Amino acid sequence: MELRSAADVVAVRQLVRTWAVEAGFSLIDQTKIVTAASELARNTIDYGGGGVARLELLTEGARRGLRVAFEDHGPGIPDVEKALTDHYTTGNGLGLGLGGARRLVNEFDISSRPGEGTRVVITRWK
Amino acid sequence: MDRIPILKLRDLLLVTIQVDMHDRLAMQLQDELTARISETSARGVLIDISSLDIVDSFIGRMIANIAAMARVLDAQTVVVGMQPAVAITLVELGLTLPGVRTALNVDRGMALLELSSDQTAAARERDVDVSD
Amino acid sequence: MSVAPDSALARILKTYEAELLEDWMREQMTTFSRTSKIKESDLRSQSAEFLSLLQQATQTGNPSDVTAPAFGRVRDMLGDMSRSRSISMKRPLFARIQKELSNDVAGLATTTWTATELLDKLGLITTETYQKNREQIIARQQQELLELSTPVVKLWDGILALPMIGTLDSARTQVVMESLLQRIVETGAEIAIIDITGVPTVDTLTAQHLIKTVTAARLMGADCIISGIRPQIAQTIVHLGVDLSTVTTKATLADAFRRALEMTGQRDKVSRARS
Repeated sequence: MELRSAADVVAVRQLVRTWAVEAGFSLIDQTKIVTAASELARNTIDYGGGGVARLELLTEGARRGLRVAFEDHGPGIPDVEKALTDHYTTGNGLGLGLGGARRLVNEFDISSRPGEGTRVVITRWK
Repeated sequence: MDRIPILKLRDLLLVTIQVDMHDRLAMQLQDELTARISETSARGVLIDISSLDIVDSFIGRMIANIAAMARVLDAQTVVVGMQPAVAITLVELGLTLPGVRTALNVDRGMALLELSSDQTAAARERDVDVSD
Repeated sequence: MSVAPDSALARILKTYEAELLEDWMREQMTTFSRTSKIKESDLRSQSAEFLSLLQQATQTGNPSDVTAPAFGRVRDMLGDMSRSRSISMKRPLFARIQKELSNDVAGLATTTWTATELLDKLGLITTETYQKNREQIIARQQQELLELSTPVVKLWDGILALPMIGTLDSARTQVVMESLLQRIVETGAEIAIIDITGVPTVDTLTAQHLIKTVTAARLMGADCIISGIRPQIAQTIVHLGVDLSTVTTKATLADAFRRALEMTGQRDKVSRARS
C-alpha cells in the first residue's frame, strides 16, 4: 500500500494488525510487529519522502509468519550501521527508531543507498 | 480537524489520548497544553493512554516533550493506563520515558501528584527554615 | 486387478471372523498383557467390534483404499487403538489366509499382499490419530500445569505475589510474566513480588525476562520486588552480567512483603498527615 501522509501510518498499523491476527500471533507479538511497522512507516514518510509498504503472510512447514517490506526512493541513509546502533532516546531529533524496530522482530533486513532510497524488510514468526 | 480535549481537575490537567496521533495533532496538543498550564498554574498533567494499544517512538517523544515543557512551567507529568503489551514492547524497543512518572490509572496518578506536591511543599518549608 | 483375491480376503474375514477373533486375542494377550491397561473383557469387545467392522468394510469397499467411506467406521475405531494392536492382527490373519488358499499360490500371494497393505494403511492412520490426540492432551496438560504452578496471589490491598516454582525456561517465563502484568492491571496492584525461592537455576534469557518484566511493570506504574534469590542464582546472575541494580531484591518473601507494606503504607501515612 501507498505511504504518503500521516494518515497512512494509521492505515498501515491497522493492516499489519489484521494480518498479524490472521497469522495467529499472540497479543504481545501483534503489538511488537505493529509497533515496528509504525516506526518504519513513519520513517518512510518523514525521511523517505513517501513510499510503499508490502505485506506477506508466510508459512514454513508448521510455522506461520508475517513479513512487511518498506520501500522508498528518498535520500537514503548515509551510514546504516550508525543509524542502527544509535541508542534511541526520546527527545533525540534523529529518532530513526531503526535499532528499536529491529529488536521487536525476528528478521530484519535493510539496504539503503544515498540518493537511491531505502528498503527495510521485517519478519516476525509465530 | 479533531482536537484532543484537555480537562481541568482542580489544579491538574487531564489529557486522554484515544486517537492515533500525527504530527500536526501532536504539535497542537503540546502548544495547547503549554498554554493551559500557564493559564491555570496547573501543578500537574495527567496523560491517559489506556486506549492506546500501540505506542511508538513518535508518541514517546511527544510525551517526553510534554513532560519537559511542563517541568519548565513547574508542573509534573504522570502517564497513566499503559497497557501491558505496550509496556513490554516499549521495554524491547528500548524506549524509556525520562522525567515521566507513571501510574496505573487516573486515581493513582492524582495521588502521586498530591504526594509529590506535599514533598515539594515540605522541602520548601525546610528551605525557608534553613535560610532564616 | 482380478476380483478373486479381493473377495478372497473379504470371504476369509467373514467366514472365519470368530476364529480370527480368538487368534487375535491370543496374540494380543501374549504381547500386550503386561503393558496394556485395558481389561481383557474390554479388549475382547473392542477387538470383536474392530474385526466386525473390518469384515463389513471389505465386503463393500476396496481394501486398497482405506480413505473410502466404506472404511469410515473402521477409521473411527482406530483412534482408540494403538498401532501395535492393529498390526498384531497380521499374524492370525496371514495364518488363516495361508490355510485357506494353500492350493492357490498366486491367490495366496495376492491376498496376503492386500491384507498386509490394508493393515499397514490402517496402522498408519492409528499412529497419526493417536499422536494428534496425545499432542492435544499434552498441550492441555501443559497449559493446566502452567496455570497451576504460577498462581498470582493477592497478599494485601495493592500487593500481588507470584511464587514461581520449578525450573524456568525462557518460553514459560515469558508467558508467566505477561500474565503477571495483566493481573497487575486487573487488580490495580501497586507492587508485585516475584518470589523465586522455588527455582533452582536461572539462565541468561530467563534472568533478562525477569528484568524486562520489572521494567515493564515500572513503566505501567507498578513496582516489583524480587525475593528468594538463592546464593547460587545470585552468582549466576552476576556471572551472566545481568544488571539488577535498579531492582529491589529481598532475601525472603516475608521481607519483601514487609517492604511492600512500607512502600504502600508510606502513602497512607502522608495522606493522613494532610487531612
